[in-house]
Amino acid sequence: MRLYAISVYLFLYIPIGVIAVFSFNSGRHASQFMGFSTKWYGKALSNPFVMDALETSLIAAFLTACLAASLGTMAAIALQGVSGWLRTLFDALIYIAVMIPGIVIGIATLIALVTVFGWVNPMLAALWPEGATPPQLNMGMGTLVAAHTMFTMALVIIIVRARIAGMDRSLLEASQDLFATPWGTFRQVTLPLIAPAILAGFLLSFTFSFDDFIIAFFVAGSETTLPIYIFSSIRRGVTPEINAIGTMVMAASLMLLVIAQMLLRRGVSKSG
Amino acid sequence: MRQLRRNGVLLAPAGIWLLVMLVLPLVVVFIFSFGERGAAGGYVPALTLEQYANLPARWTAFKNTLILAPLGTLAALLIAYPLAYYLAVRCSPKWRTTLLILVIVPFWTSILIRSYAWIFILGGRGIPALLEMVGIDEVRLINTPFAVLVGIVYGYLPLMVFPIFVSLDKLDKRLLEASSDLGSTPLRTFWQVTLPLSVPGVATGCMLVFILLMGEFLIPAILGGGKVFFVGNALVDLFLQSRNWAFGSAVAMTLVFIMLVTVTVYMKFISRLGGQRDDISLM
Repeated sequence: MRLYAISVYLFLYIPIGVIAVFSFNSGRHASQFMGFSTKWYGKALSNPFVMDALETSLIAAFLTACLAASLGTMAAIALQGVSGWLRTLFDALIYIAVMIPGIVIGIATLIALVTVFGWVNPMLAALWPEGATPPQLNMGMGTLVAAHTMFTMALVIIIVRARIAGMDRSLLEASQDLFATPWGTFRQVTLPLIAPAILAGFLLSFTFSFDDFIIAFFVAGSETTLPIYIFSSIRRGVTPEINAIGTMVMAASLMLLVIAQMLLRRGVSKSG
Repeated sequence: MRQLRRNGVLLAPAGIWLLVMLVLPLVVVFIFSFGERGAAGGYVPALTLEQYANLPARWTAFKNTLILAPLGTLAALLIAYPLAYYLAVRCSPKWRTTLLILVIVPFWTSILIRSYAWIFILGGRGIPALLEMVGIDEVRLINTPFAVLVGIVYGYLPLMVFPIFVSLDKLDKRLLEASSDLGSTPLRTFWQVTLPLSVPGVATGCMLVFILLMGEFLIPAILGGGKVFFVGNALVDLFLQSRNWAFGSAVAMTLVFIMLVTVTVYMKFISRLGGQRDDISLM
């Protein structure tokens, strides 16, 4: 039994280890280890395409996480006091958002927005005063963040709502009995209790947006995110530079995960 | 009344977002699937079932998906279950959290990079080179259904282990003692007590993995090398290469329809089997 567990762990970690080891390969060819070197890290970090893609990915992930965490939390709180058709509608939409494959979301968003922009842009041009260049709506950072926010917001609603459902109702009643205003109750009782869930939702949204390839592939327009860059490089062949980028990305996600764990644990011990 | 207005204000942004970025796109795909392809690609409005009649042209993609998605789910289940069992029942509590985190960590790193790692291992100078040393020549692993299956199991194993672990962890260990006190063999205890009680976890894990696999694009694109392709790959091809929006929309609608039917039938089946519908729902 233990032997089995060890072999599954080997299965999980050998591929990651292979990438990390070969990222330090001094040889040009990815398949033979020629000696230790960090030159591919230098190459990757001084490659303007890589740095641009990284910047795009970080900005998109940060904006997505902020929007998803705030809009999702607001909706999750409001949904507690809502019943009837509105509640059913929201439940259905969240379910659909989570169920529909990312690739269908990607293509659907692409063709819908391209079609809508195709109508709106001539209208803007007609409305704009002569001489001035009218604004153009295009696929790009805005559409990327909008699409990522849609999906991750649904995840945040699910996570925060689960936390609210597990909350002790008597605390809210106690706060009301002690003459706290609704806003005071929210700020001093509800918010601290659901903060770990909001943070978890924020980090989940950030990671999702940062790692997502398929939705970005369709809706990012001329923007190149890091996964898009890596994917198109892989198509051209395996290089040590990609190994170095991959190792750095994995190390960064790992660090984020550790920080999140620590924050969450602190949040739990404080509230408990 | 005031509270009602406050809730409305809080809900509005999320609601509008979902309407514009989810409902509108899906409605557009639905409408486009009844249209025609323009001469230079794109979409021409029409009301025809031509695109749906043309679906058999992409039969291979549907066939591959409908074979490899369930097969991949099953393979992941068979590998994940013993590990989840070990973590929940056998391993010492001291190590449990660490080992569990070690299962989840890979899932938090990019699936793109993790799939790419297998190009190394399965490619010409990886396992085939090792096999050559022991005298087995000409083994081709990369760009085969096997490579895609390995990628699938590797990518989604954590998602399968976790729900099964949760359901086994919740299981009252005294039931196992009771069973063995009453003279059951360990195998019989497992078969009659442990396994039935872990059905909700198995059902959740299988459904999560299956749903994600039905729309998979990256793993077949990276490890199938254009030879083993899923519906997802066909969709990328239709929208980005041949720019056939109408036919692509029909393929997308069909994929969603197949998923909805499978998941509904599956949920019905599981709820009859376990009788605990609450535990297996996604939310």
